[in-house]
Amino acid sequence: MDFELSDEQRLLKDSVDRLMADRYSFEARKTYLKAENGWSAELWQQYAELGLLGLPFAEEHGGFGGGPVEVMLVMEAFGRALALEPYLATVVLAGTAIRTAGSADQQAELLPAIAEGRLKLAFAHGERQARYDLTDVMTTAKRGGKGWVLDGAKTVVFHGDTADKFVVSARTAGAQDAAEGITLFLVDAHADGVARRGYMLRDETRAAELSLTNVPVGEDAVLGEVGKGLATVQAVVEAGIAAMGAEAVGAMEAMHAMTLDYSRTREQFGRPIGQNQVVQHRLADMLMSMEQGRSMAMLASISLTERDAAERARSIAMAKVGYGQAARFVSQQAIQLHGGIGMTEEYAVGHYFRRCMVIEHTFGDTAYHLARLAAQVA
Amino acid sequence: MDLRFTPEEVAFRDEVRAFIRENLPADIRERMRLGYRPRKEDTVAWMRILHKKGWACPNWPVEYGGTGWSPVQRMIFIEENQAAPAPELLSFNITMLGPVLIQFGTEEQKRRFLPRLPTVEDWWCQGFSEPGAGSDLASLRTRAERHGDHYIVNGSKIWTSTAHMADWIFLLVRTNPNAAKRQEGISFLLLPIKQPGITIRPIVSIDGAHHLNEVFFDNVKVPVDMRVGEENRGWDVAKYLLGNERTGIARLGKSRERMAAAKSMARMVKANGRPLIEDDDFRRRVAQLEVDMKALQITQYRVVSAYAKQRDGRPDPLSSVLKVKGTELLQGTSELAMDVGGPLAMPHWSQELAELANEPDELLEGSEQSTGEYLMLRAASIYGGTNEIQKNILTKAVLRL
Repeated sequence: MDFELSDEQRLLKDSVDRLMADRYSFEARKTYLKAENGWSAELWQQYAELGLLGLPFAEEHGGFGGGPVEVMLVMEAFGRALALEPYLATVVLAGTAIRTAGSADQQAELLPAIAEGRLKLAFAHGERQARYDLTDVMTTAKRGGKGWVLDGAKTVVFHGDTADKFVVSARTAGAQDAAEGITLFLVDAHADGVARRGYMLRDETRAAELSLTNVPVGEDAVLGEVGKGLATVQAVVEAGIAAMGAEAVGAMEAMHAMTLDYSRTREQFGRPIGQNQVVQHRLADMLMSMEQGRSMAMLASISLTERDAAERARSIAMAKVGYGQAARFVSQQAIQLHGGIGMTEEYAVGHYFRRCMVIEHTFGDTAYHLARLAAQVA
Repeated sequence: MDLRFTPEEVAFRDEVRAFIRENLPADIRERMRLGYRPRKEDTVAWMRILHKKGWACPNWPVEYGGTGWSPVQRMIFIEENQAAPAPELLSFNITMLGPVLIQFGTEEQKRRFLPRLPTVEDWWCQGFSEPGAGSDLASLRTRAERHGDHYIVNGSKIWTSTAHMADWIFLLVRTNPNAAKRQEGISFLLLPIKQPGITIRPIVSIDGAHHLNEVFFDNVKVPVDMRVGEENRGWDVAKYLLGNERTGIARLGKSRERMAAAKSMARMVKANGRPLIEDDDFRRRVAQLEVDMKALQITQYRVVSAYAKQRDGRPDPLSSVLKVKGTELLQGTSELAMDVGGPLAMPHWSQELAELANEPDELLEGSEQSTGEYLMLRAASIYGGTNEIQKNILTKAVLRL
């Protein structure tokens, strides 16, 4: 048992924290939001220069060779700043798919491009009828042309509006919810038959609805083994849950600090509201919840290296429940203690609240993961 | 960063587990497995077995018989012992008085009392709370007036658990009623509890059992050399004692034990034609508690390993998180175990049961004891600083409001 960061990890944390403190104030973020992409292309290049975009990739692919703890440190900082860039979509989600399932050629082509900031990807798996069921895939890929032809639709594809390429799951065999028969493909955003409609999520990050109509792709577009894509999807989802846990911790820290500060300065009935025990105890409850949530986010990140798949899945599910409940409690109380100002668009706390809400609804919400754990009780 | 135990820590856990398995007397194990609290003789017997192994006072400095374990090892030992379930170390002797004597006691006090603590030759109890001094401990009014080489003690203490089975009591008394601050007029005394002038009145708690007492002092003579620390500086001693009690504060092993009991009984009872353990709502409750348990376990690792690194002796204010979340979990798991019994959660029939049964009926006894645990564990969020007081501590020490 060891909770210490290595010297390298501390350096990484310091430099990311400093960058975000310098460049990602809530006011600066408003200007990034107004850019065409809805995020800052300049910051994206800064992330590349700092090595963040290649953080989890091997050094031979222009990466940093970092593990889940390194990603966790970055995501915490992004969570505190409410970073808008497609880091989760490109580096964590699509990056994990390519890292775990990509051929040597695919990795050599794509990973350095991601690391240098030249290539953005999105992970297009979820479908409207599937809700959180990872095996429910109706999009099809049939043999034809020089390889495969894809048909179907994907929903809430994070940063799908600006992605250069998609990692798309499609059914190559089996029934609609069969575990076998799912295959992953790399699909160019500008390929024939690809249409997307971009929009903003509730937290102001971007997403897209994707439709695929007779999209031809070559044999070299297959990512991993034909029909065996589910394991990769699961690896991507687990990495996403871990990364978002760290992001939620960052958001909780920011909300707690903001609320504490507000309780010191906001005066009612002739004294700061933080002098009232009911407010103090609520802040203590938020603190306890945040620390429990932090423990669970750590569990998620550290579990990614667990080899036993069942054990890993169980820890990840526990973590999603644990940090999801913590984030919901902390964010709801943050608004409550701010009172009216917390309800306004111009104040930051409501933005953190909405980021936490989006995180909770990604890759299975609390009820979904709790039901999975309940099914395994022995 | 790694949440897993190191191979050395795993080996240590296995060693502890094996020792408990091989050395805990079968009759004690069986009673505790059915949910009965250890009897006095059970605790004494187990403490003496641990003492022979050198494990009865793990938190003491090595020169006084401690084990030299790291905080992580101590945590592992406490959890394994609770989860076995084996009688817990007698906290009055081991986590409270021992470290206090080592820190503040005279040579004579150490020589006389310390060796008898791990073997429980003397069973101690704690005389802190009073009818008018609960969470606000410093408002205590039991007086000790100095008459030459002794004090005369008058007043009363309440919630004194195990006073009726104790040999000695350590006591907070007011020696200077005129001190500028209430905390400055308090002293810490040691006295035999079975003596003229001391009356013990049992308080039966809501579980129907007698753990608690009220203790009255009527002109009780205490020699001055039975005072620990300086006169009127007893508050420092009390603060040291209360701050020393933190490693096992989450009582995770006990929660694990209650969860295991709930699951075990849930296999024996039916709901809607199937074993209760297969019921969706029951499983959901188990899953939620297991998530909470996991979070607390990791938070505890974080607090304990931070403590291992700093070692300035001050309790981490985050240990208040462990107290609050740990007692919520104790109450949650004990509530679950009680609910499993269904109608069997209601009877209070120890006597009748003993007369009726030729052999133990695990479900009947387990249900009754689970209700008893549930009732008694309502106290967990009250004793040792109520959960509201813990939030006050967090407010001051962490939030700085």
